[in-house]
Amino acid sequence: MPRWIAHLVVVAVFAGLIAVAFARVNYAWNWAGVWEYRQKFVQGWLTTVAISLAALVVSTLIGSLAALCLASRRPLVEAIGRVYVELIRGTPLLVQLLLGFYVVASAVGLENRYVVGVLVLSLFSGAYMAEIFRGGLAAIPRTQRDSARAIGLTPWQTLRLVILPQALRLVLPPVAGQLVSLIKDSSLLSVIAISEFTLNAQEVNAFTYSTLESYLPLAAGYLVLTLPLSALARWLESRVRFEA
Amino acid sequence: MLLDARDLVQRFDGTTVLDGLSLATGDVQALVLIGPSGGGKTTLLRILAGLDVPAAGGVSFDGVPLPRDEAALRDYRRSVGTVFQAYNLFPHLSALDNLLLPLVHVHGLSPAAARDRVREPLERFQLAAHAHKRPAELSGGQKQRIAILRALVVRPRRLFLDEPTSALDPEMRGEVLAMIRELKETGVEFVLVTHEMAFARRIADEVAFVGDGRVLAAGPAAEIFDHCQSPRVRDFLSRTLI
Ligand SMILES: Nc1ncnc2c1ncn2[C@@H]1O[C@H](COP(=O)(O)OP(=O)(O)OP(=O)(O)O)[C@@H](O)[C@H]1O
Ligand SMILES: [Mg+2]
Repeated sequence: MPRWIAHLVVVAVFAGLIAVAFARVNYAWNWAGVWEYRQKFVQGWLTTVAISLAALVVSTLIGSLAALCLASRRPLVEAIGRVYVELIRGTPLLVQLLLGFYVVASAVGLENRYVVGVLVLSLFSGAYMAEIFRGGLAAIPRTQRDSARAIGLTPWQTLRLVILPQALRLVLPPVAGQLVSLIKDSSLLSVIAISEFTLNAQEVNAFTYSTLESYLPLAAGYLVLTLPLSALARWLESRVRFEA
Repeated sequence: MLLDARDLVQRFDGTTVLDGLSLATGDVQALVLIGPSGGGKTTLLRILAGLDVPAAGGVSFDGVPLPRDEAALRDYRRSVGTVFQAYNLFPHLSALDNLLLPLVHVHGLSPAAARDRVREPLERFQLAAHAHKRPAELSGGQKQRIAILRALVVRPRRLFLDEPTSALDPEMRGEVLAMIRELKETGVEFVLVTHEMAFARRIADEVAFVGDGRVLAAGPAAEIFDHCQSPRVRDFLSRTLI
C-alpha cells in the first residue's frame, strides 16, 4: 500500500472516531456566530506567522552565539553557554514569559509587548537551537580541521569554507523541527496579551460561547503551518542521509 | 632537502611519544619513514609538516628552522603539502572544487587562473573525468590521488605523505603508488611514511626507521634494507619484506 493511502486511511479512521464522539455528546454547533469574527482569526494567524518568523531569525542568532560558547575551550565562556541552555530548557516558557515581561522588561523600561514577546520566545528557542548547532559542529570529524590547517586556511576560513557548509546541512532538518515547536510555543504569548492566533481564538470564544467552533479553526490554523514544515524536515533528513 | 631534526620530544597526556628523536639527512629528494605501529612516525611527520609543535627540540629544512608560533607556521604550511591516510577531501565540494579551494582562498589565484592551473595535472593523472564528482562518488584510490594533487597544484616546496595507501584496497594501492613514483621522476621532494616496504626500498633516497619515539637507524635505502646492523630493524624488515 502506498504511503499516502496509508496516511489517508489513518486520517479517515481518526476523523470518524472524532465524529462519533461529537455525535454522542449532541454538540449544538454554532458556526454562524464564529464566522462573524473570521477577521480576528486571520489577523491572529498572520500575527503568529510574523512572530514565529521574527523569533526564528533572532533565535538562530542567539543559538549560534550560544553554540560557539558551548564549543569554546575557555571554561568561563563554556559555562555561560551551558548555564543559559540548561536554565532555559529546564524551566517552563510560561514562567520565562511572565518574568521577562513583568520583571525584566519593566525594569529596563521596554514597553512594546510584541518586542518583549519575540525576545523571550527567541531566548527560549535559542537554547534548543544552541544544542542543535553544537551537535552539528561536533559531527564534523577532526580530520576536516586537520585538512583545512594542512592547506593553510585560517581558523576563520576553516569555519566559513569547511565547517559551516557541512554543519549547515546537518542542522537544517532539526531546525525545521524546531520551527514547528516555535510556532506552537508562540501560543503562550497570549498570557502577556499579545494578539496572536490563540489569544484571538480565546476572545472569539468569550464573545460567542462557542468553544469548539473557536478552537477547531485554531488547531487547523496551526496544522496548516506545522504539517508542511514537518514534511520539509523529513525530506531534508532523508537528503542528508543519502549524501553521507 | 636537508632535514635536521634535533632532540624532538612530544608528549600526549603525559605519555612520551617522541623521546629525544634526532635525524639528519643528506641532500635527499625522497625520505621514507618506516617502523612499527605506534612508533611515532605520524607524530614526527606532523611536526615536520608544521601541524604540531614539539614540546622540545627543533627542526630545520635546508638550514631554515621551523617557526613555533601559529601565524608563521601557517605560512610554512602554505609552502608545503600534506596528505593524510584518509579523509583528506572536503566532502561537500567536488573533486575540482577541492583542488581550487587552496589555490583561490590561500594562494590568491583568480578562479579562472586556478582552473587553468589544475587542468593539465588532472589530465596527466587521468582524473579529469572525475573532476565534477563529490568525494563520496570517488573510489578510495581516486580520492587519495585528488588529495595528492590538491597538495601538489599549489607548487609546494615539498610534500608530506602519511601512509597514503594504507586505507586502500590492494587493487587501488597501485595507482597511488604509481602517482608517487611519477612525482619522484619529475623531481618533487617528499617525506613519505609507509608500510609498503618494497615500494619504500625502490623510491627512497634515504630511509629512517622510527621506533619507540626515536630514530633507531637511518641512511641510504640500500644500506638500511640490506646491511642494517640494528637487530630491531633487521627483525622488523624480515617480518615485513616477505
Ligand atoms: N593526539 C594524540 N593523543 C594521544 N596519543 C597520541 C596522539 N597521537 C599519537 N598518540 C600516541 O602516540 C604513539 C605514536 O603514535 P604515531 O601515530 O606517531 O605512531 P605511528 O608510528 O604513526 O603508528 P602507525 O604506523 O600505526 O600509524 C601511539 O602510541 C599513539 O597512541
Ligand atoms: Mg601513523
